[in-house]
Amino acid sequence: MEEYISLFIKAVFVENLALAFFLGMCTFLAVSKKISTAIGLGIAVMVVQMITVPANNLIYHLLLKEDALAWLGITGVDLSFLALLSCIGMIAALVQILEMILDKFFPALYHALGVFLPLITVNCAILGGSLFMIERDYQFGESVVYGIGSGFGWALAITVMAGVREKLKYSDIPAGLQGLGITFISAGLMSLGFMAFSGIQL
Amino acid sequence: MNSETKKVLTAPLVNDNPITLQVLGICSALAVTSQMSTSLIMAVALTSVTACSSAAISSIRNHIPGSIRIIVQMTIIASLVIVVDQLLKAFAYDVSKQLSVFVGLIITNCIVMGRAEAYAMKNPPMASFMDGIGNGLGYSLILIIVAFFRELLGSGKLLGIEIFELTKDGGWYEPNGLMLLPPSAFFIIGIIIWSFRQWKPNQVEKPDFKILDIAHGEGGHH
Repeated sequence: MEEYISLFIKAVFVENLALAFFLGMCTFLAVSKKISTAIGLGIAVMVVQMITVPANNLIYHLLLKEDALAWLGITGVDLSFLALLSCIGMIAALVQILEMILDKFFPALYHALGVFLPLITVNCAILGGSLFMIERDYQFGESVVYGIGSGFGWALAITVMAGVREKLKYSDIPAGLQGLGITFISAGLMSLGFMAFSGIQL
Repeated sequence: MNSETKKVLTAPLVNDNPITLQVLGICSALAVTSQMSTSLIMAVALTSVTACSSAAISSIRNHIPGSIRIIVQMTIIASLVIVVDQLLKAFAYDVSKQLSVFVGLIITNCIVMGRAEAYAMKNPPMASFMDGIGNGLGYSLILIIVAFFRELLGSGKLLGIEIFELTKDGGWYEPNGLMLLPPSAFFIIGIIIWSFRQWKPNQVEKPDFKILDIAHGEGGHH
């Protein structure tokens, strides 16, 4: 149990996908102008991350890894080079299915999150989460925790960023730094803040 | 080289830079800029993937049904990235270990998808190829500027060759550890954007909220 909590804290704060690995930056910068939309996108990322990381973990361990096909009686096959293609395909398919399910059974939620779902397929944070999971060779339990933690960390980062930007528009900024420039610098300062968590071990 | 090709190639460098102006593709790549060598490899990888995928998508653009075009584009891009990834693993294993997941993340790099969607779907293969190279170069330019400052100030080296002699080896330069950490990349890009916009004032964004200058009476009635 302890190692799961430690992994969760690490995924949320120390190895925050947005601020330590720069993942999902395009959407991070484009959709962080208002807190309400930022929270919507953050929750959508969290939900998708929570589903795709464990799903990709299963695919990788049951089909692609070296000798993973042993349960079919086939040995000596290493399909791990297909991981990239299968991850992105899995993510695209799952997002599509999630969109249909939400539309059918939870229309209110669909209206709140629907616009963000297509964006999420091409969000580097989602693919990055799955690729980190493969690289670090997480087991299924760890991959569930990592999926939730990294998604939550990203959601936290974009919400905080939106809060900062809502105040930022009332400040007197040099013309050339207006908009994108000052956003980058504030993201840097936030990233410094998140680095204060590094070294935390539970 | 005719003028149209030249325009497609050079416009994305400064005037229409994908990173500083269109906010595309900063995602994965910043994490690799703490060293020049990894950034150069990343720049080459991304430029070749963008160019080849644009050309490939453009050559079948009239046969792709609109509703599934994203999946088709992604499959093409992912296959090209797998080729690049395998090539790196075969011929530059150390670099590929350092780049870790970031080569794979070229798939979701917004520049590749963005150019496929915005340019390659409407233009012939050769022009799309050039457009891919141009945008790849625009991205490379920023990547290399960031890496130059990070490696030089952070460890006193360029491409692994010592430029500033470090204090711990008896030299004069005390390395700035911050430059090797992620936040410095944000600061450097912020500064690059600032200098680009000082140079080309038409790229400056309009503020959402105008501050009234009360001292000079522009604030109106109060």
